Amino acid sequence: MITREDIKHIADLSMLNLSEDEIVKYTENMKEIVSFANTINEVDTKNATESAFALDTYNVFRKDEVKESFNREILLSNAPSTNGEAFSLPGMMN
Amino acid sequence: MKEICEMTAHEIRDMYEKKEITVPEVVKAYIEKIESEDENIKAYITVCKEEAMEKAEKMQARYESNEKLPPLAGVPIAIKDNLCTKGLKTTCASKMLENFIAPYDATVIKKIEEAGAIIIGKTNMDEFAMGGSTENSAFFKTHNPVNLERVPGGSSGGSAAAVAGNMAPIALGSDTGGSIREPASFCGIVGLKPTYGLVSRYGLVAFASSLDQVGPMTRDVRDTAELLNVIAGHDELDSTSANISKKDYTASLVNDVKGIRIGVPKEYFGEGISASVKVAINRAIEKYKDLGAIVEECSLPTTKYALPTYYIIACAEASSNLGRFDGIRYGYRSKNYDTLQDIYKNSRSEGFGEEVKRRIILGTYVLSSGYYDAYYKKAQKVRTVVKQGFDEAFEKYDIILTPTVPTVAFKLGERVNDPLEMYMTDLLTVSINIAGVPAISIPCGKDEEGMPIGMQLIGKHFDEETILRAAHTYEQNKEV
Repeated sequence: MITREDIKHIADLSMLNLSEDEIVKYTENMKEIVSFANTINEVDTKNATESAFALDTYNVFRKDEVKESFNREILLSNAPSTNGEAFSLPGMMN
Repeated sequence: MKEICEMTAHEIRDMYEKKEITVPEVVKAYIEKIESEDENIKAYITVCKEEAMEKAEKMQARYESNEKLPPLAGVPIAIKDNLCTKGLKTTCASKMLENFIAPYDATVIKKIEEAGAIIIGKTNMDEFAMGGSTENSAFFKTHNPVNLERVPGGSSGGSAAAVAGNMAPIALGSDTGGSIREPASFCGIVGLKPTYGLVSRYGLVAFASSLDQVGPMTRDVRDTAELLNVIAGHDELDSTSANISKKDYTASLVNDVKGIRIGVPKEYFGEGISASVKVAINRAIEKYKDLGAIVEECSLPTTKYALPTYYIIACAEASSNLGRFDGIRYGYRSKNYDTLQDIYKNSRSEGFGEEVKRRIILGTYVLSSGYYDAYYKKAQKVRTVVKQGFDEAFEKYDIILTPTVPTVAFKLGERVNDPLEMYMTDLLTVSINIAGVPAISIPCGKDEEGMPIGMQLIGKHFDEETILRAAHTYEQNKEV
């Protein structure tokens, strides 16, 4: 059974802060959704392997060629904060 | 004669060729329609009036020079707002990307522009494509043009409403668990989810990478085939893109289903399927029999388990894909921070909406230590079983026929407070994404209140031709 402590832990792993109301709501939602998800245990998968995709997957190779990259100015234009040459962040070390 | 805004793309194209109408006239008619109608429908997040008019003038000059022009030359198109468009906002209907301008075009955008289509706007959707009603947009709700009190479906609800509301002849949507087919069904238009790998996902903002596909949303089956011709094909920028030879899907538009074997799985007609939907689908089945198809009841026993499997896999992949939104390189950054950790947490908590957070939490849960085997790994095994079910059915049948959605479009607000009930809307569409097969939704009647009902035709991997042929045949022969 999912508890509010589980939800707080999962939110932390997901890099989310939840308000008290959200914790209550998501705990309720998740109880219902997870009990629905548990129905997959009724499926016999003894002989089934796992599929990550619906179709067969294979390695895709290509030549390691140098191609034109993106324009730095355009890439930085979407950033909330830059120093003109790079993304800028608060200091991580003293 | 039809009004300009009621015409299909191929009708518009024919009129251009015959010089009966000009590209600026058509684009202007659509822009005016958006300006007068979209206040009520709210299909568009961004409308590109000036750019579209400018492109229309240029294309007209090319028509006048009698150049041989590509298939969508001068045809207006609406684009779901999770497809990256260079220099034009791509918001995913999220506060997180409210001001995001993509530095590159998605491969499908490149392809439609090379084919001459003119983007007239970016359409509303459920935030990050998570939802079945477009009520999860962070900006506003879209209304169903058939009845403004109803939802248009989702998550490609804006694209469906634009086409159904005569504000675009054709549109692109994306489909992870039904997001093209369900809104197509609710709004009374045609929508195709291609085989996984047929259309490049490069530049489609990822929700669940093993399930996402881009596809056409149109007024008739011919336009779906034409648009698929343009967007299908191998792309080295998408490692899951299938390297198969190019086909001409319009060659499948044959008015004949004689001898085609159609399976109708009994599990798709169980609990929760409304009476009016059953009546309409049964009528369509009779029509196919009259036209010479061989229709039989069949069984897809794992149908019931596809929905929980889908939510486990899709949310797991989403929780990982949405990890990139960190408030640093692009997207929303909270004003409230001292440390790097604060930037991550506060930006994500303020930038994502309720449903997106719910799915990130579910996805993180099923991937977390102690639960991974029981949920994610088990779901990956059930995926194999679901796929085998389709493989077996397709040994006997060319097409599987089902309703697209259990009901007609519901009222705005009716399901927003019950996530699980909202998820049930996807009951009949998610198996298709799990199995990676193609499926088309086409209109097959209306209920007593005039709301459209959709029929879903499912095909074998990379056999879009047979479902397009059957869809076209039905469209040509149905009673209006």
